[in-house]
Amino acid sequence: MHAFIRLVARDVRLTLREGGAVSTALGFYLVVVAILPLGLGPDLNLLSRIAPGVLWVALLLAALLSVERIFHNDLEDGTLEVIALGPLPLELVAAAKALAHWISIGLPLVIAAPILALLLNLPANAFWILLLTMVTGTPAISFLGSVGAALTLGLRRGGLLLALLVLPLYVPVLVFGISAMNAVITGPASFLSSYLILCALTLATVVLAPIAAAAALRLSLA
Amino acid sequence: MRLGVQDLTCVRGGRTVFENLSFEVKKGSGLQLTGANGVGKSSLLRILAGFLPPAAGRITLEGADDETPIGEFCHYVGHLNGVKRAFTVRENLLFWSEYCGGGDIDPALETFNLLDLSDIPAGLLSAGQARRLGLARLQVIERPLWLLDEPSVSLDEASRNILASAIRNHTRNGGLAIAATHLPLGVKFAHTLELGAEAH
Repeated sequence: MHAFIRLVARDVRLTLREGGAVSTALGFYLVVVAILPLGLGPDLNLLSRIAPGVLWVALLLAALLSVERIFHNDLEDGTLEVIALGPLPLELVAAAKALAHWISIGLPLVIAAPILALLLNLPANAFWILLLTMVTGTPAISFLGSVGAALTLGLRRGGLLLALLVLPLYVPVLVFGISAMNAVITGPASFLSSYLILCALTLATVVLAPIAAAAALRLSLA
Repeated sequence: MRLGVQDLTCVRGGRTVFENLSFEVKKGSGLQLTGANGVGKSSLLRILAGFLPPAAGRITLEGADDETPIGEFCHYVGHLNGVKRAFTVRENLLFWSEYCGGGDIDPALETFNLLDLSDIPAGLLSAGQARRLGLARLQVIERPLWLLDEPSVSLDEASRNILASAIRNHTRNGGLAIAATHLPLGVKFAHTLELGAEAH
């Protein structure tokens, strides 16, 4: 457990120290959300109706930008080899690194979402739901992303392939995240049923994704 | 502790790199791997570390329990140094020490002549200095088996001597060291294994 926490702390510190990843993700999120109303025109009703979808899709894309870095830098400078010989099994290494990605990239994006929601005229009663569903759903984004990152490890320009691999896997999270929000904004569907499925998706991903990612890591270490 | 390798076969990309390789390394002794490029020195070290699954054969480490992978008993120093450029020299070693449950890092900094550099970001180090930092890990965390793949690359003569005495100390204290190298390391190894010799 001690080593696990150390590894998470190291990855978070590295991401913050290298700086680029967090600000790029936040900047991308801002630009995508800000550009959409310009394209769609100033129809406030339309904007508030599509706000949940736009906020979620843009968040997915912004998080995807940095998913590749989860393992890539460590493979390139050899630290992955040393980590692999450490006390943690590769499954826990993958979990720690995905968790660190969520803390350093996922959480800042979640915190930015309500601010960007102002641009889209999101109904006032939906702000807390936005935060809640995103905090619940974003771990799944980081953990699923870690599988894609491990699979495309060592490929030149693997980023695009990574997006192709991972984006379809994000669909359930997207669907239930948005439907939980729409249940509150427009009704009459139940918020709880969608939200609980979102929770289940995240929990299942957190358990299963590290196993898949570790299998892929073993291949790229060989 | 004794490392035994029986009938090890390595296949990479459909090509048999070496087959039926058997040797043993006893407690407190070193093994030097030699041979031309591509005979499988690095592959052998990666198999021993557990990165590369062997096509056939057995690796046993006496004195280790069967549950723990052999990788957790060894240090692997490959072509890459395993150094994070954004961290300082001290932070790099501190992380390895904390992650692997190792001890104090100051003796290792001193041995490998890194004390003056300890607060410099590792990205600013020269190739030789970064190599020394990668090697300093050997001393921070105590592990019985050292797997060294061309450890003296980009080291100057003084640093090579430091490395040689670190290896000598390690074997004198009962450790095992396997080094693949073209250049003389300045260490007298108990065994030498020339890979690819039987092919000629």
